[in-house]
Order: sequence, then C-alpha cells, then structure tokens
Amino acid sequence: MSNKSWLFAPAIAALVGCAAAAPPQREASAPPAASPKSYSHDPYPSTYRAYPGVLTAIVGGTVFDGEGKRIDNGVVVLADGVVRAIGGADTPIPEGATRIDARGKWVTPGVIDIHSHLGDYPSPAVEAHQDGNEVTGPVHPDVWAEHSVWPQDPGFTRALMNGGITSLEILPGSANLFGGRSVVLKNVPARTVQAMKFPGAPYGLKMACGENPKRVYGSRNQMPGSRMGNIAMDRATWARAVEYKRRWDKYERDGGEPPARDIGMDTLRGVLAGEILIQNHCYRADEMANMIDMSKEFGYKITAFHHAVEAYKIADLLKANGICAAMWADWYGFKMEAYDGIEENIPLVHNAGACAIVHSDDPNGIQRLYQEAGKAQAAGRRIGIDVPDEMVWTWLSYNPARALGIDAKTGSLRPGKMADVVLWNGNPLSVYTRPERVWIDGALMYDANDPRRRPVTDFELGQPGEGDVK
Amino acid sequence: MKTALLTGASALLLSLLGGVAGAQTIAITGGTVALGDGSEPIQGGTVVIRDGRIVAAGRGVAAPAGAQLVDATGKWVTPGIVAGFSRVGLVEVDAVDATNDVSARNSPFSAAIDVAPAINPKAQPIAVNRAGGVTRAIVAPGTAKSIFAGQGAVIDLGADMNPITHARAFQFVEFGEDGTQDAGGSRAAAHVLFRNALREAADLGRRTGVASTGAARPATANDQRTLPLEDQPDNSLLGAGRTRSQDVLLTRFDAAALVPVLQGRQLLMVHVERASDILQTLALRKEFPSLRLVLVGAAEGWTVAKEIAAAGVPVIASALDDLPNSFEELASTQSNIGRMRAAGVHVSIGMIGDNEARQVRQARQYAGNLVAVGRLPGATGLTWGQALETITSAPAEAVGMGSEFGSLKPGRRADVVVWDKDPLENGAAAQLVLIDGVQQPLSNHQTRLRDRYRTLPEGPLPKAYDR
Repeated sequence: MSNKSWLFAPAIAALVGCAAAAPPQREASAPPAASPKSYSHDPYPSTYRAYPGVLTAIVGGTVFDGEGKRIDNGVVVLADGVVRAIGGADTPIPEGATRIDARGKWVTPGVIDIHSHLGDYPSPAVEAHQDGNEVTGPVHPDVWAEHSVWPQDPGFTRALMNGGITSLEILPGSANLFGGRSVVLKNVPARTVQAMKFPGAPYGLKMACGENPKRVYGSRNQMPGSRMGNIAMDRATWARAVEYKRRWDKYERDGGEPPARDIGMDTLRGVLAGEILIQNHCYRADEMANMIDMSKEFGYKITAFHHAVEAYKIADLLKANGICAAMWADWYGFKMEAYDGIEENIPLVHNAGACAIVHSDDPNGIQRLYQEAGKAQAAGRRIGIDVPDEMVWTWLSYNPARALGIDAKTGSLRPGKMADVVLWNGNPLSVYTRPERVWIDGALMYDANDPRRRPVTDFELGQPGEGDVK
Repeated sequence: MKTALLTGASALLLSLLGGVAGAQTIAITGGTVALGDGSEPIQGGTVVIRDGRIVAAGRGVAAPAGAQLVDATGKWVTPGIVAGFSRVGLVEVDAVDATNDVSARNSPFSAAIDVAPAINPKAQPIAVNRAGGVTRAIVAPGTAKSIFAGQGAVIDLGADMNPITHARAFQFVEFGEDGTQDAGGSRAAAHVLFRNALREAADLGRRTGVASTGAARPATANDQRTLPLEDQPDNSLLGAGRTRSQDVLLTRFDAAALVPVLQGRQLLMVHVERASDILQTLALRKEFPSLRLVLVGAAEGWTVAKEIAAAGVPVIASALDDLPNSFEELASTQSNIGRMRAAGVHVSIGMIGDNEARQVRQARQYAGNLVAVGRLPGATGLTWGQALETITSAPAEAVGMGSEFGSLKPGRRADVVVWDKDPLENGAAAQLVLIDGVQQPLSNHQTRLRDRYRTLPEGPLPKAYDR
C-alpha cells in the first residue's frame, strides 16, 4: 500500500487563472515553434491518435457539463472524437447514432487528475521502479517525468475503469526544489509514453516547498537543510535562469554566437516565457505566500499549489493571485507540515472564490477522486457552504483542465471539445457509484458490461488475476 | 450565526443528552437502526442503553419509562465503527519519530513488546477518528528486526485516560515480504525463525512449569468467549533461578511472551498477502496445533478461500486493494472480500499499511465501496448490512470479543453512533458518539481550525485571538 508515499509525494502546481473571476490567461496550444536559430521546444512529440469511435448519443441521463451547469434528462452526442451536441431532451439525435440509454444514470466530462505519479512510481512498487525523484541533487529542472513513465503501469487501467480518469498529469516527486518537467497524458493504454502524451498540452515544472527537500539533502549535510535554505537555492537558480533567458532571447533576436545550452535552464526559461506552468508542491500557508513573492521577484506565474493542506488559511491570497489549489479531501498528520489539514479545505477555498481542484497523488486515491469530491462537498455543507453537485464537478474536470492549460480542448462537454466522457451508474459523488462506460476522444475505452473493453497491461498477462474485474 | 451554522444539526441531539454519564437509561428513538450483525437496517427502530450496555435494539422496542430520550428521526443509528487493523493511538505525526511508537528499530525485544503503555488517548488521531464515529480499534505494533512485532491491544477511542479494553490481545507477525526482510532475507528464514521461537517458548514453558495445555483450541470465527480484560503475563516464566539452555536466540522476555501463543491462550495475528503464504500460515497448525490464527491482509485470499474457510480462520483484509503493488498481491481485486465471504470465510476490513494510524475513519468509505462493487457485472461485493458488519461486529469477533462490542445486540458495550445520513455514504457525519454509554466530545484540533478560518478577514486582532 501507499502510506509511505507521502514522504516523497511530489507536488507542485501550475498555472493559469483558476480563480472564478479570472479567465484563463493562456490558451492551450502546441508549444511555440522554436526560432529557426534556436533549439526544439518539443523534441519528444506526442504520437497520440484518437482511437476509432462511433457516432453516439447518450440519452436521458443527468448531465454535468463540467463548468457548473446541470441538464436533467439530457442528451450528449459524440461524433468524430468530439462532443457534437449537449442539451435537453429536445436535442436532435443524428441518424445512425448508437443510442445509449442513460436514464437513472449520470453523464460527466472525464475526471482529470492533476497530480499523479502513475508510470514513474508504478506497480509493482519494487525498488527497480522507483523513478520519480532524481535524488542526486536538489535542483533538477533538467529531468522530465515522461522519461520515467512506464506505460505498462497497471495503475493507469484502474484509474480508467474505477476512477473515470481520462487525462492526468504525471509529476516528478518532491524530493527536489526543482523536481523536473511534468507531462500531461491521455489515459489510454499504449506501448510508448509518446503515444499517451496529450497533444499540445503545455509542460509543467514541479517545484517543492518545505520538508522534503530540506530533509533529503539536510540529512546528507548538503544544502538545503532548512526552509530558508530552500528559498535561497530557489532564488539563486531563478537568478541564473533570468540571465539564461536574456542571453537566449538576445541570440534568437539578434543572432551572433549561440549561448551554451543548458537543458535544465531551457525549462526555467520556458517558465519565465509563460510556456511552462509551475506546479508547486507546498503545504503550509506561510510557505505558499513566500513562493508567491518569489514568483513576482523573478517574473513567473504559479499556476497551482499542490497538496496545499493550509490553502484555507490563505484562500483570499490564492484568489487575488489567480492560483489554483489542488487538494485532498481529508489527508492530515502524516508529517508535520500536514498537521493542520482539515476536511473543509476544498469547500473553503471554493467558497472564497479561488480555484479548487481535487487531486490524488496516489494510485488508489486516483480511483476514487469523485468520492473525495463528495466528501469535501459534505464537509462544506456542514458549515453552511452548499456547493451543488454540478458545481462540485468543476473541481474534477474544468478546474484541473485550466490548471493544465488544456481547458480549450477538454474538461467540459462544450461542443467541439474532446469527447472525454464518463457514464456513471449512479450519482457520481456517491460511494455506491462506479463508471459504467468511459470514452476518450469519442472512443469507448471501458465498458463495465463488456469484458473485452477492459484493458490488461503486459505486466499482468499470464499472472494470477489476469483480466479479472478489479 | 457562525456558531449556529457549525453546530446546527448536532446541537439538538446534544442538548437532549446534556452532560450525561454512563450510569443510566437512554433510549434513542425513531432512527434507521443497523445492528452491525450483517442484517439490513431497520426503519423507525429504538436502541435502549442501560448502565453502559445495550439492553435492546430494533423495531417494536419500547423506550423504558424515565429513560433519557434521543430523537433520531431522520437519522441513522449504528454500533460504533471498529478499526479492524490499526495503529491508532501509537502515532501523533507519522514522520515525527518522537511521536511514532509503531516499531522499535533499536530495541533488543520483539515478541515481548506490548503496545498498551504506548497508547496516548489524547493523540489527535484518536480525537479525529472518534469524531468520525470510530469507537474501538485493534492496535498492532509494527515489526523492526524480527518477524514478531509484539503484542497488540484492543482500545476504545473515548476522551478519557483509560483507553485499554484488552491489553495483549494478540501477537502480531509478519510472514510475507515484510517478514522476509525482518527475518534476514527469505521466506524460508522467516519460517525457521518462527519455528525456533515457538520451540524456545515451549522449552521455557517446560522448565518453568507452565506446561502447554496440549489440547488444541479451535479458532472459530465467532468465538464469543469473554476473554479476561487484563491477561497478566505468567510471572513464573520470568522469575529468577530458572535456567534456560545456552542455545537460544530469543531473550527471556520474548520467549515468555510466546508461551501463551503456543498454548492458544493468545491470538496469533499474521500478515500475509500471497496465496502460498496464506496456505503456509494455515499449515503451521500441523506443527503447533494450539495456535489460534487470524490472517491480516490476504490480498490473494479469494484464490484459496475454500482452504481459509475450512480452517475456520478469520481474515482482516484490505478492502479496496486492486493493484499488483507487490509480487505478493498480483491477484488483488476489490472482489476479494466479497468472494471470501461467499466462500464462507469470516471477513472484516482492516487498514493494513494504509494510513492506519490516522485514517481508520475511512473504513466506512471502504465498506460502502464494497456495496458498489457488488453492483458491477462480474464482481462480488457485499450487501449493505454485510458491509457494515465488516467494520463493526466482524473485527470484534475476529479478536474473540464479539460478545463485548461491535453490535447492538443485548449485553454489548453501548458504543453507539447517531449519523446524519447513511453512514457508508460519502461525507456522512457522526452527530452523537457514545462509548460505553458515555457521550463523547467531537471537537478536536481540526474542528477548531475550521471554526477559526470559516471567515478569513481578520478582525481588530490577529486570528490567534479568535477562539
């Protein structure tokens, strides 16, 4: 089981305007084309292609559109990999559509987990699979999580079948101040990580506050050995990055002798240019405030704080700065900086008008994010914060999509967006509910009633329990 | 306004009980009552409590004249949740070593370790899980340098300084991958370490006159015998003047602690996950026929469920493991508990390696998920009543204390929780918690933080003055 994972549990958050009031500042798009004089910004490009789907009409269910709207007795039409239509019972159903009877069921955008280590801490969790932290130094913006992802991690399939996860961000761990680049994946089984990469999703950079970096390196009598050491190393690194960016910007603009390449600095330059989103592991309120000041000192934006166990203490600050908080429903006390975790964190952040996200950081929790949202909703109601079911779903799809820079493509059921859709066999905030079908880009990737629509990883072939209901 | 919002629903219940102690009669009326014995919930039931014990529960039960009445109309009433495998009370903050008493890496002792004196009834995880409706817990030590972790206890989560229900209720052993490491590197080494330890215990017993009873006591899933609440160690085993062979590995204390295990007077709780390890554990009774076994974990238990059922050995299992997290859990599935139960195994839910020091309140969510599993094609789950049973009476029975707590049957300790809704549903909250019939406080560090930060703007003074 996973109860030791938090020691390294990575977290960091990323970008763009999650606050309810602030529109997304950045449209998801392919990484900007490099200057002809420059280096590639996308040297490991996505090879993902949507799997074939059929024209499908999901009829009669309760629909949450992912942006806070609810349609009773709704119709959702999927065609050519995208949502073609969403509406009430009078929505036209195209001729030839496969009709799915969703009466008594719920239809939502797929769940997006902004914080996962599937693939880089896969099952089985043997030593040879511990690939999520480059624990040889505290500053490693040069490593990329995608180069550790094992596509055969059985955890991806459980997240699909039990959790309704259609997209997810894989982050490096939190042992380091600069943990490396994250990667956004479509949750489809594949032979290579490239075939899972979400087309056009911006990269993230994982940063970490607090206990983990100072514990890992302080125990080796290396810097950082304290929280002030964390910040000092962060600032020294950002100062170098500003200079690196200045030199490369000048070269790309004016030509001349190209500056020396530094793979880690490429990442930091991307952050300073707004191409790469900061996903910042941070628990304590005071440390989040320090990180915000540091981002202003060096001119970058923090997209999201991850874990953010004390976000409720500074929800006003998060709102004012347009920073999302990706949180657990009820984790607390596993380490000192998690001591003040409370069950009302998520609804309090939402209620303050800031951008709330439910995240997992856990191969088991990712299978029940929708239940975690239900628990947080109930905790809010007990203190008079009544967030309707359809609004709660923004914590699971639209807000994480915004914080990953993919909200123009997925995260809600707007016509033209990717048909990443889950049909649930009951109210999807209930403990008694499970996904019945999951579509990714309009392709039916899971069907609870069809064992042939149940993926089995290479690792599980010929093993006890192969192909079982999990 | 804030106070009203925060306490709203529970205030009514609390005022009705108003500062009651245990020595009186209480009737909880009008609620949906679930007994915790596997039966389905009863609408409009009554629970009667006298002197800290259950007198009656069900439909058609009359509230005795003069009883203090608690109106539970629209609410649910169940036995308190029993944490089937936990480390509650041994830890304040996991990663703060000074507050973590689970295992003792540098101790010369193993089997002799007894968690009872380490339980801190004021630890926040006790208060937090009490507020989550958990009233009793089975608390196990963790291994360090031996396969023997030491002796676990059964505790209550009450807000008093007497947490121990049953000290030294069981000896805990790691026999899978963890045990392999503790034993020096192989399963074979773990088995020889175990056999040697029990033989040294037998030898000590003979030399000190604490002979084995010889007669095997069958370990049944529903052992209702009332165990002595304080099973004192056999002092004769520890007395001076009794020489031992020089050819021993165990300290005298450790060997003495294993005599009651060998003789079947103390349960042996064994953590195993792999099917072959389960069968090898069951087979230990060929050599040591008096062992009273309880299995913990058993991720692959469904593949050998008939053998477990035939052995009559109860299982405290992880509810929702479905990943091949290790090579001993390749066959894990969320149907494990349902399939074992269907095969006749006595099963309950535990939190093995799963935030068991802090989050045993999640046992309700796990139980609810097993109901969900039962609605999936090809899967095997539990009915609602069976699911509640796995987190109330079943774990109590697994440690031989089903007659003491875990259900609302007459005579049980009055550990009763009134919930605002179906307690297995996400976000259900305990509104009234009784332990031994005594109303418990539900506030804790977290609820105080919640109240302080319900609104953010600071007043004329900093937040530190807001309490």
